[in-house]
Amino acid sequence: MQAMPKWADIVLIPLINLLLAFLISGLVILAIGEDPVEAVSLMIDGALGSSYGWGFTLYYATNFIFTGLAVAVAFHAALFNIGGEGQAALGGLGVALVCLMLPWPHWTIALVAASFGAALFGALWAIVPAYLQAKRGSHIVITTIMFNFIAASLLNYVLVNLLRPAGQMDPASAKFPEPTHLPTISDILNGIGIPFAERTPANVTLIIALLACVAVYFLIWRTRFGYQLRAFGKSEQAAQYAGISSVKIIMITMAISGGLAGLMAINNVMGEAERLVLNSVEGAGFIGIAVALMGRSHPFGVLLASILFGFLYQGGAELALWTSIPRDLVIVIQALVILFTGALDGMVRAPVERMFLSFKKREG
Amino acid sequence: MTDTAPAIELKGISKAFGPVQANKDISIRVMPGTIHGIIGENGAGKSTLMSILYGFYKADKGDVFIAGKKTAIPDSQAAIAAGIGMVFQHFKLVENFTVLENVVLGAEEGMRLSTSLGKARKELTRLAADYELNVDPDARIESIGVGMQQRVEILKALYRKADILILDEPTGVLTPAEADHLFRILEGLKAQGKTIILITHKLREIMEVTDTVSVMRRGEMTATVKTSETSPQELAELMVGRKVLLRVDKVPAQPGKTILDVRNLEVTDDKGVKRLKGVSLNVRAGEILGIAGVAGNGQSELLDVLGGIQTATGEIEVNGQPLDLTGKLSDARSRRERGIAHVPEDRQRSGLIMDFKAWENVAFGYHHDDRFNTGALMDQGAIKEDAAGKFDRFDVRPNNPALEAKSFSGGNQQKIVLAREIERNPDLLLVGQPTRGVDIGAIEFIHQRIVELRDAGKAILLVSVELEEILSLSDRIAVIFDGQIMGERLPHETDEKELGLMMAGMTGASQAPAEEIA
Repeated sequence: MQAMPKWADIVLIPLINLLLAFLISGLVILAIGEDPVEAVSLMIDGALGSSYGWGFTLYYATNFIFTGLAVAVAFHAALFNIGGEGQAALGGLGVALVCLMLPWPHWTIALVAASFGAALFGALWAIVPAYLQAKRGSHIVITTIMFNFIAASLLNYVLVNLLRPAGQMDPASAKFPEPTHLPTISDILNGIGIPFAERTPANVTLIIALLACVAVYFLIWRTRFGYQLRAFGKSEQAAQYAGISSVKIIMITMAISGGLAGLMAINNVMGEAERLVLNSVEGAGFIGIAVALMGRSHPFGVLLASILFGFLYQGGAELALWTSIPRDLVIVIQALVILFTGALDGMVRAPVERMFLSFKKREG
Repeated sequence: MTDTAPAIELKGISKAFGPVQANKDISIRVMPGTIHGIIGENGAGKSTLMSILYGFYKADKGDVFIAGKKTAIPDSQAAIAAGIGMVFQHFKLVENFTVLENVVLGAEEGMRLSTSLGKARKELTRLAADYELNVDPDARIESIGVGMQQRVEILKALYRKADILILDEPTGVLTPAEADHLFRILEGLKAQGKTIILITHKLREIMEVTDTVSVMRRGEMTATVKTSETSPQELAELMVGRKVLLRVDKVPAQPGKTILDVRNLEVTDDKGVKRLKGVSLNVRAGEILGIAGVAGNGQSELLDVLGGIQTATGEIEVNGQPLDLTGKLSDARSRRERGIAHVPEDRQRSGLIMDFKAWENVAFGYHHDDRFNTGALMDQGAIKEDAAGKFDRFDVRPNNPALEAKSFSGGNQQKIVLAREIERNPDLLLVGQPTRGVDIGAIEFIHQRIVELRDAGKAILLVSVELEEILSLSDRIAVIFDGQIMGERLPHETDEKELGLMMAGMTGASQAPAEEIA
């Protein structure tokens, strides 16, 4: 019983949701006395109109791909990991330790080691709530969100007391040594003769993010573990019947999820800031939830949704720069997008389904 | 209202869900003061029709006439107002409310609850006297048996002044004695002028209590006949559309060595209640041991322990080797490695992942097999090939393993599970409710496959709440009641009546009942 074709489910409905969110955002902009058309053109121009804009949009998108994938992987096992924020923060600590503790001859080797450190720290931070869920039945939504706060405090302590160079006022680590600096997208593109604006933060991590999308696709739909993970996510009872250990699935899934969130630190800590600062994640962990929802927990959907949110971030910054629309408005728009794509999905779905049904009947 | 107006009449009801025509131009007339049966296979459209009548679905076409008057039923409120009461297969009662509170729920009057409760108490007393519907109004639902709970559902409908009572598969959870009692209640209601529509797939019930019967097949009403003028054989043929075998064809068993030996098995659930109280039984190669019992008396726990889903104490040996009942090797995967295959009671929640494609389900539980894997990746080609073969051999329809499991009918879902478990060629096959929600045509096929496996020298433990099935399939029958085996019988030396008494906790007619049942 298919009420509507698959493309409508995957493309049309998110698009309608998005349009509705933008429509209401437009009304909000009108209400604060600004011109929504001008605002939109400013956002598009600022985020997508130049390679400079793209350099920022893609940088943000890279962050969201990692946190979005993290949430998506857990979703497939019916686990709601909302601790991406804390896991990414810990990932940052992992990156900082790797970059500062050892002398690295070349960025490629440093990148591999830092990726490992980031994923390891993120995974460890997710494994504790996973253990509590699997063995003690403590709900993972509660524990992961609490772990965000613990992560923030922990980082505060580590930065102030351990990593801060003597004499520095600012709670941040020392600058990472030169050989650990990652090439930016403009370095790469200009290197092969394609002009791209310099001094933008998008870096080589973007490629790792794209690889992560492919890897997650294979993990979920091609591996034996992915099969068990999806089965567990669909029906715990059936998983038990099939001899799939819930403890194992929860622990490994959360470790992968936390690892993906942690990997984000390569982008923002190693690639952009080149040192560890307080609150380096800047909410990307939470955006990951919206990205996964909007991307239907599919890696390709996550990729598209990440670019959309990257656009919103960068476009919002442009708005704040050129108009009196506060940057916070972007949060309103994001909230509306989440509201429409997540919570109010059924509102759009039902009428669209009916439309397709009546369409089919007229044909048949 | 004239005497000739039908209590309820449907004219030309049609309803489609997308491309599926669930009801096609259905017309029925049910006269007041009669019991009308509606019989049909699963997916024939019985439930859809009743949902339309109760206002859950809106018909695409057609009209409903109540007592000769055209009536629109946009929602269940309207159905209640029109005097229609519904008793669902799965009761809709609040477990920790009393009977009285449940009856009043949704029909409260005024601000103060006590007024409604007082009124309901009086009304319940009257109804109890009129219809032999005795229930303690202050008992909590969780503390009364299913037979009682069903009576509460009927009382709820009557309290809402229902003249037309629809019962959807009402005997599924009852013992034969409870079912008989229910039928007496229905006869009483009929004598008082109520109209009753009984939806069932059990031919025996139709023959026993109905005045007229309508047969549905694939969304269409194929016949409406007077019950006194038809036979079970004829009804079965009308349901399926071809001749069917109601009896299982099988030669006497040739039992070999003991495959399964269970001794003193005990299971305690998370609430600390003992679900199995020292069960001992054995199954030999080449025989089917049937476990008869009313649902909820421990047979599910027995299957779960054997299938590696539940821990237990006691001893189990398979092929002479002990099974791990609590430790690391007590999971379902270890059980499969010991040659135990399991067709679970609830195929939709346990046996299949409904959102998975059918071919993915063919590997379910056996996803570690080398033949389905290349390294850490699943070998989709191999699984699809295996699925295609199973679909052919088990005649699964539609023959398309790329469809999701949920898009198959109950019978075809069961064939997928059976194909998976039987073709593993296990030493011991656990089968729970093999034909629950399965259409008659598929029942025949499923029974034949189980008997074939027996004849191949395998041990089979069969759990079913359908006594007929137990009697026709089993080579030996063990009756379970309240977590204990009440005794064993041979199918040709016993009958439904004796088994029914044992299922209710009585070991002999002379003995007092172990628990009040009526």
